Amino acid sequence: MPAGSIEEGLSQAKEIIGKYPREQRFLLAALQDIQKHYNYLPREALALVQEHFSVPMSRLYSMATFYKALTLKPKGKYVIKVCDGTACHIRGSSLLVEELQRLLRIAPGETTTDGKFSLETVNCLGSCAIAPVMVINDQYYGRVTTAAVGKILEDLEAKE
Amino acid sequence: MLMFKRKPVKTVLVCCGTGCLANNSRAIYEGLKKRIEESGARASIRPVTKATGCNGLCERGPIVKIQPDDIFYCGVKATDVDEIFERSVLNDEIITRLLYLDSSTGERVKSHRDTEFYKRQHKIALRNIGEIDPASIDDYIERDGYRALEKVLTTMSPQEVIDEIEKSGLRGRGGAGFPTGVKWKQCARVDVFPKYVVCNGDEGDPGAFMDRSIMEGDPHSVIEGMLICAYAIGAERGFIYIRDEYALALKNMAAALEEARKRGFLGRNILQKGMNFDIEIVRGGGAFVCGESTALMASIEGRVGEPRVKYIRSVERGLWDKPTVLNNVETWANVPVIINRGAQWFRSIGSEGSPGTKVFSLVGKVKNTGLIEVPMGITLREIIFSIGGGIPRDREFKAVQTGGPSGGCIPKELLDLPVDFDSLTESGSMMGSGGMIVMDETTCMVEVARYYLQFLAEESCGKCVPCREGIKQMLGILEDICAGRGREGDIELLLDIGATLQEAALCGLGKTAPNPVLSTIRYFREEYREHIQNKYCPAGVCKELTVFYIDQEACRGCGLCAQKCPLGAISGERRRTYTIDETKCIKCGQCRDTCRFGAVKNRGRRHDNNH
Repeated sequence: MPAGSIEEGLSQAKEIIGKYPREQRFLLAALQDIQKHYNYLPREALALVQEHFSVPMSRLYSMATFYKALTLKPKGKYVIKVCDGTACHIRGSSLLVEELQRLLRIAPGETTTDGKFSLETVNCLGSCAIAPVMVINDQYYGRVTTAAVGKILEDLEAKE
Repeated sequence: MLMFKRKPVKTVLVCCGTGCLANNSRAIYEGLKKRIEESGARASIRPVTKATGCNGLCERGPIVKIQPDDIFYCGVKATDVDEIFERSVLNDEIITRLLYLDSSTGERVKSHRDTEFYKRQHKIALRNIGEIDPASIDDYIERDGYRALEKVLTTMSPQEVIDEIEKSGLRGRGGAGFPTGVKWKQCARVDVFPKYVVCNGDEGDPGAFMDRSIMEGDPHSVIEGMLICAYAIGAERGFIYIRDEYALALKNMAAALEEARKRGFLGRNILQKGMNFDIEIVRGGGAFVCGESTALMASIEGRVGEPRVKYIRSVERGLWDKPTVLNNVETWANVPVIINRGAQWFRSIGSEGSPGTKVFSLVGKVKNTGLIEVPMGITLREIIFSIGGGIPRDREFKAVQTGGPSGGCIPKELLDLPVDFDSLTESGSMMGSGGMIVMDETTCMVEVARYYLQFLAEESCGKCVPCREGIKQMLGILEDICAGRGREGDIELLLDIGATLQEAALCGLGKTAPNPVLSTIRYFREEYREHIQNKYCPAGVCKELTVFYIDQEACRGCGLCAQKCPLGAISGERRRTYTIDETKCIKCGQCRDTCRFGAVKNRGRRHDNNH
């Protein structure tokens, strides 16, 4: 699913927010939906949320920085999540992260300058039986080796 | 489409849990379904959606079962579809090569019930998973679903329900093991309304996926459990808090709620008995601390998920300050069975202090990784060596980690420890939600402690000082030890800070945060000393304290290590011996994992001078 861009305007954000009653308990859900659509929380969309739920902007920032699912910076087209849950960790997930860092020249939490790849580590994807696990957008890769990482990236590049 | 009206003779169950899906089980499902539809054969394919390993062995997935013949195929590929259809669906033949291979006897086993992996299991919470289509409420009803609800609404008073649960001795499966019946009783006593029923599906422990597979594979059992509690305490609204990462669980749970509403199990005047109750799903925001009950409630209210001090318990003032019962997914799934079969029956399973079963995710350095449900009181040895099949490559077992970041590591001396709430706590670990991570000789216990502390440092909500600062300081010390900067007195300092956290942190997560460190010091102090004094990591994990070399005596010159080395740091001649160029080596350990002769060894940094 291609992420929406802020240039498209904020009609999508308005639509998302409009689905929710003006009650505080829907705040997190609304932010998650915006995150899903834009791949991050654009400042302009947060302004709309602020207005809709009548909460101060500081509150939205505290939510955005507290919950891992929310980010204030745009993410890449391909979000690479390397699981660093315990099972993956003891089966060598940190080596995968190192290999990706070497190949993409970005640290976890960063995005390549061409906006193509974001690298993240996550705590557990619950697929411990096929550890170590890596997820790119919605595709799961099980029992990944350092050698396989390069191949997976090449395949993605080739798709471009 | 007449053929669908006939009663199906054979049922083909294809595991579509996250783990099997990663191995392309969807294509197998689609393929078999298509073949059966086209041919009009007297069989129906039922898509079974289950989580990794809960069909037993994601390790050997994708898994296909054929009923009523009770055939269990594993490691199925899309190219096997035609053969399965022709031989085992249309005819009653068994494809031997797809059957489970018992590694200890070398024999093929037809039914999953006869495999080492399943033989010792006892399924209560997982009773339906792998047997039903989670999208079909009829499948659930067929297996006694919603019968417990009907029973309580027609024949039991709320007090009788509470008494039954209390008598059963059911303890909360989320971690601490608080008696469920007592919790319900306390909440029922409070004369404040509305009351709420909450399901904690924010499974955040790394290495655990029990709750996910229940929500994915049998969502109605959770809904029914919550309904029974709602009746007992007089609640009209419930919430299920699910991790946002669990896409399939969210989808299946939402569909199940919708179905239950349509059939009159949720909503107003349930089963025409005048009961009103409905459930909403709340998506988690990806914060570990939200698994703590008060933080979870704050998150449902749309706030930052910080825990509060529990002077007043949630059963009196929980969600929106109203009386609330919060239980974990697995606890809820146990409730309908207890009502149907009675407290006495439940007490007959498991141990005196911990009746019933517990679901574990058995992962890490173990042959049969997967989801298992065993009676309480079973020993760790049985779980790891009989069900789990032992350690891959016949390496040596070192420890098993239970209880997630709040738990600890249990060494091989305690392998005969019975697994229940009390004995695990005594050992310095805890039951936790059910993650069981097996570690072998190539796992460094100091690094494992560092790993958990790093996790906890990131996840600490920062509200109370002992947790926020204490974890950070402990992490710093552990990082130093792993990097070869360990100093005399570090162990004592870790123990000291750890004790402070246990005393002074605000919530359960902070109080238990030092457990991974304290338990590894308790059982593996020698390994800490090696790191600090000898600058040597016996497991060969801490890179600064590891120097791999090839034992020239043991090397047979096969050259596999040189092929595997991602940096080309290994050179030599076939049939002679190989050597590692230490300046190029990144210490990934691939060579050691590859070598079949145990020739790749670690001499650590301590020998650098006499090298």
